[in-house]
Amino acid sequence: MTTVTLGRPPLERHLRDHRDQGRKALVPYVTAGVTPGWTGLVEALADAGADAIEIGLPYSDPMLEGTTIQEASQRALDQGMTTDRALAAVAELDLNVPLVVMTYSNLIRHRGAGVFCERLASAGVSGLIPVDTPLDEATPLLAAARSHGIETVLIVAPSTPPDRIEAIADQGSGFVYASTVMGTTGERTTLGDQAADLATRVRAATDRPVLMGFGISGPQTAAQAARHADGVIMGAAVMRRVLAGESANEVAGLVREVRTALDAIIEPRWP
Amino acid sequence: MTQTASVLADPGADGRFGAFGGRYVPEALIPACRSLEREFRSAWSDSAFREHLTRTLAVYAGRPTPVTPAARLSAELGVTVLLKREDLAHTGSHKINNVLGQALLAQRRGCTTLLAETGAGQHGVATATVGALLGLDVTVFMGAKDVERQALNVFRMELLGAKVVPVTSGSQTLADATSEAFRHWVGQSETAHYCIGSVMGPHPYPWMVREFQRVIGEEARGQCAQLLPAGIPDVVVACVGGGSNAAGTFAGFVGTSARLVGVEAAGGASIGNGSPGILHGFESYLLQNDDGQVLEAHSVSAGLDYPGVGPEHAHLADSGRATYVSADDDEVLAAMVKLARTEGILGALESCHAVAWVLRAAGTDELPTSSTVLVTLSGRGDKDAAQVRELLK
Repeated sequence: MTTVTLGRPPLERHLRDHRDQGRKALVPYVTAGVTPGWTGLVEALADAGADAIEIGLPYSDPMLEGTTIQEASQRALDQGMTTDRALAAVAELDLNVPLVVMTYSNLIRHRGAGVFCERLASAGVSGLIPVDTPLDEATPLLAAARSHGIETVLIVAPSTPPDRIEAIADQGSGFVYASTVMGTTGERTTLGDQAADLATRVRAATDRPVLMGFGISGPQTAAQAARHADGVIMGAAVMRRVLAGESANEVAGLVREVRTALDAIIEPRWP
Repeated sequence: MTQTASVLADPGADGRFGAFGGRYVPEALIPACRSLEREFRSAWSDSAFREHLTRTLAVYAGRPTPVTPAARLSAELGVTVLLKREDLAHTGSHKINNVLGQALLAQRRGCTTLLAETGAGQHGVATATVGALLGLDVTVFMGAKDVERQALNVFRMELLGAKVVPVTSGSQTLADATSEAFRHWVGQSETAHYCIGSVMGPHPYPWMVREFQRVIGEEARGQCAQLLPAGIPDVVVACVGGGSNAAGTFAGFVGTSARLVGVEAAGGASIGNGSPGILHGFESYLLQNDDGQVLEAHSVSAGLDYPGVGPEHAHLADSGRATYVSADDDEVLAAMVKLARTEGILGALESCHAVAWVLRAAGTDELPTSSTVLVTLSGRGDKDAAQVRELLK
């Protein structure tokens, strides 16, 4: 088998191709280091039908996370995971889907945006989601990411006004990450009206792929969100199973179920 | 540009104090921060708002607080020590100045709920108090360890009608309580105001909280003019955790010749032992490990157990306008006892960090014999009595 580290496809092109083919994107999330076998889990999720994988770098003070990902992050740190170790392991992964790293500003600031993005690039990572770096603070990071070929995925929330949605979609790349709720990450049984409303507003403002995250708990909520967007990100539902001790194969079962639900959505193609 | 023009000024739209400050929050909170900044700018230039705040501080919180010449301590040390008595403000510390300001602003914005984080419970009690005064709902987030250690303050908050939520994540102390308060704010930013307790957080908080605490320094400056032949003290000193009482004190003296000294807890010295980083929405000095993970602070005073420091202090330190030193737990306990026995004042452990520096520096080049020093006594020590009894056994 050939190594594909440098051959992992760029994030946005990959997602646009899927959209053009009428396929809804599915991006599961894994906290780096949550279990000793976390890299095997990433590979299993890719095999189960993920279109990209989001890797969370564990951080001591994850302000935007609900209890599940907080616990995953703490467990990873307790087991000695660091940014350097996580990226070294990511570089060894044998995958044919792009990887996007999610993290908090301090881990980037601590190394400097340039060094951080350079390390992402050399680990074969395509994109970065800096969850607590809003557009107003992102200029140096966007420049550093661009110079290392890293796509910076920015988040929009139900509270984001229209002019900001346009600016975020314009200056970010990879995809636009639309948060279904005003709140933290975590599973929800159903998605509120604001999720559909936001997806519609973002789609009207940009041609970039729009993926919805926060609250996606399984096939039903995934399908509900994907009817209004180009795909979904699923974090807490994956990590809850991992924390409960499920095997990579069992967790991959969830991804297969969601894949099936997403593939059943029939939607007129974009013109 | 003079140094004083660039420090303790309006940080502008980007909320920067030199390299520090900013607004590092999830996108969902950006509209709330922007709206808060707009409202604060509008209120702070509205004389009716300021008069209402000043009047409430006077008739409810007991301002102005006096400056007490510490006669016996001064005689013993050979320096003139003046104490700015924030311990005499309602609820027992300077925290009420900020909470009243923010709560009146929250009312002006139409918010019905106040959220707050608390470590030892002083800011939580102040918020619960003002919530009761103004008829606002109050939810206080407090680390589970602190809930246990400060059971009496938890009861005080509940007695005042507040809801106290124990936070079980991480180290279960102030930093975790702060993260949890942010999480809840994301979910209710349209109806709830997050009442941050120090000069930290995303813009406009560090600036806004300093402006609400400015009253300490402005009163003290006028009082020093009455009490000291030279009009201003040679040195102004205050303890620094997040740094709100120090920022408020320094704001009154930054334009004078007074030397400004901030005293950190030895186990939580973000300026002394930290490096630049980003936590809870702002860039400043931060205690962190090689990976960039935030470290837990350890001090005898829970109020200084915070791994970061307000961005203005980082800037004051870098610009050289203020000096930051630290005091260890033993010095602080000794200072508490000394102040109690020479002046009949039981100072909070936090405040006694500033007193400890005076005891150490008096008669040295730092604070030469016959010089004058103003110490902000940020709070009273009744809350610490049980803990100190154990420590002195």
